[in-house]
Order: sequence, then C-alpha cells, then structure tokens
Amino acid sequence: MRRWLAPAAVIVALLVIWELAARWDLIADALQIKPFLIPAPSDVADSLWTDRSLLAEDAWVTAQEVLLGFALALALGFCFAVVLHLSDTLRRAFYPLLVASQTVPMIAIAPILIVWLGFGLGPKLAIIALVCFFPITVNTLDGLRSVDPELPRMMRTLDAGRGRILSRVEIPSALPYLLSGAKIAAAISVIGAVFGEWAGADQGLGHLILIAQGQLQTARVFAAVAVLSALALALFGALALIERRFAWWSPRRERDAAP
Amino acid sequence: MAATIEAPDVEPRTLRAENAAVEVAGLAHRFGELEVIERLDLEAADGEVVGIVGPSGCGKSTLLELIAGLLEPSAGSIAVGGRAGAEERLARCVYMPQRDLLLPWLTALDNAAIAPRNRGASRADARAEAAPLFERFGLAGFEAARPEELSGGMRQRVAFLRTLLARKPVLLLDEPFASLDAISRAEMQEWLAAALAEQPATALLVTHDVEEALYLCDRVLVLGARPATSRATIVSPSPRATPRLEVVTSPEFTRARELALEALAGGSR
Repeated sequence: MRRWLAPAAVIVALLVIWELAARWDLIADALQIKPFLIPAPSDVADSLWTDRSLLAEDAWVTAQEVLLGFALALALGFCFAVVLHLSDTLRRAFYPLLVASQTVPMIAIAPILIVWLGFGLGPKLAIIALVCFFPITVNTLDGLRSVDPELPRMMRTLDAGRGRILSRVEIPSALPYLLSGAKIAAAISVIGAVFGEWAGADQGLGHLILIAQGQLQTARVFAAVAVLSALALALFGALALIERRFAWWSPRRERDAAP
Repeated sequence: MAATIEAPDVEPRTLRAENAAVEVAGLAHRFGELEVIERLDLEAADGEVVGIVGPSGCGKSTLLELIAGLLEPSAGSIAVGGRAGAEERLARCVYMPQRDLLLPWLTALDNAAIAPRNRGASRADARAEAAPLFERFGLAGFEAARPEELSGGMRQRVAFLRTLLARKPVLLLDEPFASLDAISRAEMQEWLAAALAEQPATALLVTHDVEEALYLCDRVLVLGARPATSRATIVSPSPRATPRLEVVTSPEFTRARELALEALAGGSR
C-alpha cells in the first residue's frame, strides 16, 4: 500500500496544479492562445464520461491491434532470438539488420505500409510488431547469451543434448530478460498503434485523436490519450504480474521489495 | 542434520559392467598463452578413489573437465574405460562442479532428477527414481522446496544426488564440500565414504583439503603450482574407515598428512 502513496501523491499534485493553471488561464496567457485550447483535468474527465461509448468503441479497436501486434512481436522476437542464439553465423549476419530495423522512422513508413497492406488491420499489426520486435529480440538474445557458462557444461555431463540445454536451462534463464523486453515493448506498443491509425484508419483511438484535433476538441484528445496510456499500463501491469508469478528467479529481482 | 545419514541405495550404474578405469598420460593443456597443465600422468583403477590436491588455481578443475570430455587437451591422451573420444568420455563420466548449480526454477526433487529427464524419462518416472533417495540423503520433506529455501549442506546433497542419478561409472568431484562449514564437511565426508563403500565407483576427488583427500581416497596425488605437474603420490593408510575421528587422529594418518603437506609445500619426491 505504502509504495503506491508516493506516485499517487505526485500524480494528484500535478493534476491539481494543472487544474488551477487551466482554470485561471495561466497557461493560455503564457502561451498567448485561446483558453479553450488548454483543457483542465476536470474537462478531460468530463469528456471521458460523456464520450465514454465513443472512447470505448475506439479503445476496443486499438486494444485489439495492440494485443495482436504485441503477440506477433513476442512470438517472432522470441523465435528470432533463439535462432540467432543457436547460430553464430546468423547472429553476425542479422544483428546489424535488427538494429537497423529500429532506426526506421515508423511515422514515415506507416503510409507506405498502408499502401502495401491495405486499409485494415494488417498495416497496424505490422507497425506495432516492428516497434515491439526490437526490445523483445534484443533482450531475449542478451538473456540467452548471459546464461551462467557452467550450467550448460553441467547439463552436458548429465546427458543433456542441445535441445534440452536450450529448453531446461537457457530459455528459463532468459525468461526474466524476455519479460523485461516485453514490458518496454508494451509501453511503446500504443505509439505504434497511433502511427498506424494516423496513416490510415476509420476507427481506433489514434483516428479519434486525429478527428478531435481537427475539430479543436482538445479535451477529447486528452481523454483519448488517457485511455491509450491506460491501455499500455494495463499491458505493462499484466506482464509485471506474469513476471512475478513465472520469472521470480530474475537476477534483477529486488528481493522482498514486493509483498 | 543428524550424524547418521545412511548411504544412498543407488541402482547399479548402467555402464558399471564395463571397465571404468581412468588413464591420463602426458597431459598438457593451455588456454591461449596460459599453460594450465604440463605433462601430467594419472591413473585410477576401476573402483579406485583418487584424490587430487594442489594449490589454488593449479588447474585441478581443468583436469576434471578434460577427463569429463568437456574440454579437449592440447596434448597427451585421456582414456576412460579404454575409450579416448570426448563423447565417449562424456558418456562414462559425470562431473560435479564446485558450485551446486541447482536450477532455481525447479524444485529440489526435479533438480535431482535432471539426468533421467535428460535421458528421456517422463517427469513422473524421473521423480519416482529420485524420490526414494531423498530419505537416504536426509532430505525427506524437502522434495518440493526451492533451492533458495535449502541450507548449503542440503543444496550440496541435492547436487550430489543429481550426480549419482546420472548413473555413470566414473565420478569427477570438484571440491564437493568446499562451500560447507567444518561440521557439515565432516558429516558429508563420512556420508560419502559410506556411499562409496556401498556403491563402489571410480572417483576422482579434487580438493585443497589434505585431510579430506586422505580420509576419502585410496591414493592422493599432490600437484604443484601452475602449470600442474604431479609432485607426489601418497597412499592413504585407511581410506573411508570408521569412525572418522579415530582415523584422522591416528599416527599413520598424521604421518601421511605430513608427507602430503611437505609435497604441497614444494618438495619434489
């Protein structure tokens, strides 16, 4: 309970400051813009409530994109990391490409992917997966490569073949790393979804933000952003729970930090 | 921990029928520029327990890894049961490293049962094979415990059980009791002596403790500082006899220990 106190206090304090600043037009005056462009948290909350059916509908679309794209990145990233771990040649050949994939400006190639893959779910999944793929693959590969070197040797003298060493020692050792990468990926997955929807979509929170921006409905923009953040946080939280339940041997785990 | 830990009742090892002698001749090994072992000869007859003592970092662990088939020597020959290939050595030897290396994500029972699982046994069969030994090892009631919940002595016994369940004719033990306190060490030595009396195996025991080596082994090979060469061989007066305290305080034992310590200190034979 106590560990929630500090972050909650910070958030409440920021909201109060923002509310007062918006109410008294401090920000609008400072930026010399119209006060209605700066929604107070209470305006955003109001929009969250009045636009709830609209937000829920678009959130559902975006959540599906995020979950599917994330799952795709998880499966591909894990397999790719295992393949690169097993073959030095392939690792040397593909690692630069892996890093290069992360330097591609998503917002620039999103429209091209729409042209290639059509207007539906495909390009969104591709963009989310491209964004999430890198942290998952790199972390998993790091985990596989940082296994205590004595463990595979011990397994070999206990009659283990390469496959057994991989499944019994290397993958369990890498699991905490995989989940670390997945948590980073979860946090940025919604960014990929928004890029995908901006490039071409007729539904989803990214699409809603675009429309609301065009109509200067700033409170609704912030409401959609809040829902997007909540989505990412929920995915992050789910992964943290999985980590605590299934990867409690994490070398980076803070012992007794959590109840 | 009770002082009366019974010897484990291990099934005859699969390769036991075969001659399990270890022969090392003219062995040399280097890691890059670093010469770790130089012209080393070593023999262990079938069923013999040979101790290897030497100063820290003299290549004792490397020697065991070479014999186990985990490394290939730079020069010289190693044969286990008359076979020299690395895979054939791996099939005949089990190497117990210094650290217990229990897998934190498995229970004590599943850690012990790794070798049968690796050989393709179902989880239930592997557990059934390991479970009866838990009582003998003084581990009853701890089958479902995670390694982090076990004491150092218990972890070492689980590691030992895992080693025995590999059912190999040659045991290569690298400082198996180094991480234990003196009392647990003495108990584990008596327990290992009983285990070896009941289930004879060819064993090489690396240790830096001369007393431990002379008590547990038939013969003790004293190595010099790196690069390792053999300096002396001391025959143990009464290996694995009971009671331990009487044995290790006897005049013959004291004399043998003095010889070993002299050799360790630098005197060539």
